[in-house]
Amino acid sequence: MPTTTIAGQAVEVNDEGFLTRPDQWSDDLGTELARLIGIELTDDHWKLVHFLRDDFAHQGETATLRRVSTQTGTPIKALFDLFPGKPAKKMAYVAGLPKPKGCV
Amino acid sequence: MTTETAPTATTAPFVPTFDAPESQGRKLAIICSKGNLDMAYPGLILANAALGEGVETHLFFTFWGFDMINKKTSGELKFTMLGNTATHMPQGLGGIPGMTHLATSQMKKAIADLDVPEVPEFLDQIVASGGHLWACRMSADMQHLTETDLRDDVEGIISASDFIELTEGAQLLFI
Repeated sequence: MPTTTIAGQAVEVNDEGFLTRPDQWSDDLGTELARLIGIELTDDHWKLVHFLRDDFAHQGETATLRRVSTQTGTPIKALFDLFPGKPAKKMAYVAGLPKPKGCV
Repeated sequence: MTTETAPTATTAPFVPTFDAPESQGRKLAIICSKGNLDMAYPGLILANAALGEGVETHLFFTFWGFDMINKKTSGELKFTMLGNTATHMPQGLGGIPGMTHLATSQMKKAIADLDVPEVPEFLDQIVASGGHLWACRMSADMQHLTETDLRDDVEGIISASDFIELTEGAQLLFI
């Protein structure tokens, strides 16, 4: 498994650069992961990132965009505004989780 | 792609390329020509997936596909066993009164169990994600429908040539 150094911390990543060990993640690391993809985290971002972390802990898989929207009551449009372009993948990356597997 | 480190202060972190220049400007056009419940979903799922990948996506509704955007029928699409050998049931069963209703309810339940929305709500999600909905001029004329019959977020009733023009350079799916 390749490793890379983010915020002075060595973390394991897959061949796309997503963290592979959720236990290596912390809020500080999340802040830096977001910065690396051009996002400055606000409270609105954190609410979603923490939801993803909690949901992953319970479900064992990363929530899809629809699940994030329905479970947190955040409109889809807002998700695209907060994590532009590829919201589901960017959110998962910042939360230190695998990209979602679900289709919808 | 991969960076086997040597973690040193000078090593640049290995980060996914979410906004790679080669994937910018990608466009997808999906022509939805069917009004059956089971044939409505492929276009919706692919459109939704493309939008989630940052792909500019246009859906063009034509012929029976109009049922997907007609306010009267959008939530009432049906699934029938008739003519569909993939159900692996005797075709005669499909003709029994009430069978289409039953098959439709079962399919809707299976879709809802996966937390996939019904057609009108799925289109809401697609539009909220930045997707564009277009209606076919000839189908509208044939069915005597106007913009007031269609979802408010349909951007226009346009000709086939208009659609071809506005999807220049797009990848195209016909469903």
